[in-house]
Amino acid sequence: MHNSKDFKIPIGPQHPALKEPEGFSVALKGEKILGVDIRLGYNHRGIEKAAEERTYIQDIYLIERVCGICSHSHSTCFIQAVEEIAGLAVPRRALYIRTIIGELERIHSHLLWLGVAGHEIGFDTLLMYSWRDREVVMDILASITGNRVNYGMNTIGGVRRDISPEQSQEILIALDILEERTKYYIEVATQESTIIKRLSGVGILSREDVLRLDAVGPTARASGVKRDVRADDPYAAYGELEFKVITDERCDVYGRTVVRVKELMESYKIIRQALKNLPDGPIAIKAPRKIPAGEALSRYEAPRGEDVHYVRANGTEKPDRVKVRAPTLANIQAVKHMLRDRYLADMPIVIAAIDPCFSCTDRLIALKEQESATGKIISWPALHAYSLEWYKKQGIDFTALNKKLSAKGLTG
Amino acid sequence: MSQEEKIKEELLKKFNYLEGSVNIIRPRRMSIEVSLDNFMPVFAYLAKELELTHLCTITGLDEQERLGFIYHLTGESRVMVNLKTSVAKANPLIKTVTSYFPGAEIYERELEDLFGAKVEGLPQGNRYPLTDDWPVDQFPLRKDWKPALDTEQGVDKNA
Repeated sequence: MHNSKDFKIPIGPQHPALKEPEGFSVALKGEKILGVDIRLGYNHRGIEKAAEERTYIQDIYLIERVCGICSHSHSTCFIQAVEEIAGLAVPRRALYIRTIIGELERIHSHLLWLGVAGHEIGFDTLLMYSWRDREVVMDILASITGNRVNYGMNTIGGVRRDISPEQSQEILIALDILEERTKYYIEVATQESTIIKRLSGVGILSREDVLRLDAVGPTARASGVKRDVRADDPYAAYGELEFKVITDERCDVYGRTVVRVKELMESYKIIRQALKNLPDGPIAIKAPRKIPAGEALSRYEAPRGEDVHYVRANGTEKPDRVKVRAPTLANIQAVKHMLRDRYLADMPIVIAAIDPCFSCTDRLIALKEQESATGKIISWPALHAYSLEWYKKQGIDFTALNKKLSAKGLTG
Repeated sequence: MSQEEKIKEELLKKFNYLEGSVNIIRPRRMSIEVSLDNFMPVFAYLAKELELTHLCTITGLDEQERLGFIYHLTGESRVMVNLKTSVAKANPLIKTVTSYFPGAEIYERELEDLFGAKVEGLPQGNRYPLTDDWPVDQFPLRKDWKPALDTEQGVDKNA
């Protein structure tokens, strides 16, 4: 190998440039990539098998955890198939609420992506800005659903929580803030020369290649392919709402950036319409525990692209088969193609540009003291002491263990 | 005439043996069942002549004595066609569709790993999604395969 100018280097499954475990074996000639061999499956958790051994209700929560970011996408995709088999007429109000949560999820996902993309090209200011703004939508999601991710909104036959008029107002105020910020990002993306120069011509994927390799989502739309399940195969309330399918002809990472930023504006438009036209009525109908025998294929436009679920029911309370095809799997062949003949230095941003899925569930908490009128914020040590006290009252004592740990210097 | 009816009519005109096995389930959803011998011509016709240019995925099914495969195809017409075929478990040999859809490679590898299908014509490459040391005779999505929670079943300890 030392005599030749061709090298093969392994990147992953654990590597600083990757956010998730995936293995790349990159054949290089100098700094040019000759070819890439991809090894996936490090995150395979056997969810499809596990789904066969659980009831439909349990499966909603299992399937929601296929992905940390697109949790609502997966649970909606799954229950749509179950509802079709069971012949359930889901109340319109529930369909609208699903749509609203789905679009809020897209906003959170796209803003997260924008930060990651900024980080990958060394533009960390963009990461700081977009992730700060992302908190606005995370707060809204937490306020409506109780959670920042894994919202638990869906149930077979509808949704589990309503949106009150006050919450509607809260969302509208947040949308105004987000819209202002997004206009700024559109300005940054279209005028900031660092971004334009760094991303233009990188990770090229032609329109023909999108069609040949079956790419989906913003990756496909940035190569001029108008492929969006919300428009092509309308579900939830999308058939009754007006929005544009954003496409771009640039076919590179820059195009993918522009598509995602512009899609944010469409999401605001969709949510405003859905809130304005939110139908009255119940938010769920009663679903049978046992789902009659049958099969259905459900599609959903997740932030990363088309999500596909196939469900086969056998008349019992457990499904016979649940098949999940997440959008990243459809885009992985395209990545291989995008990297060929490119520079090694482009690899992190080219991979990031399809927005491969990774989980983000960490959060910072500030708890307010319940009885305090001033709403004093509890400090971390005080919260720690409070939790120890609380457990002690339940009969669980950590004192001995804590002493042992601090003796070894393991606690702060 | 709706897109769905048009697809059905064209198919029946071309392949009279499909009589009775082409169903329109609802708007934008169709299912076709075809024997393995007739699968390739029907698949090619759907992909090329009827312009179902997007293969969403391939679903594998364990149907006791047989393995079932559903190819989910769609295109500009926005109709989703679920083309189903099956093969005896004893000799689960199917042909690759990667010459029509190179993106199908990863879906077919999944069928090999999880259902034990043999896909003829699939190019050499990494397995997906199971680990390299996963025993060659264990297929987790077959109904008779059960995960053993207390042992390390699935990992060949002698490997």
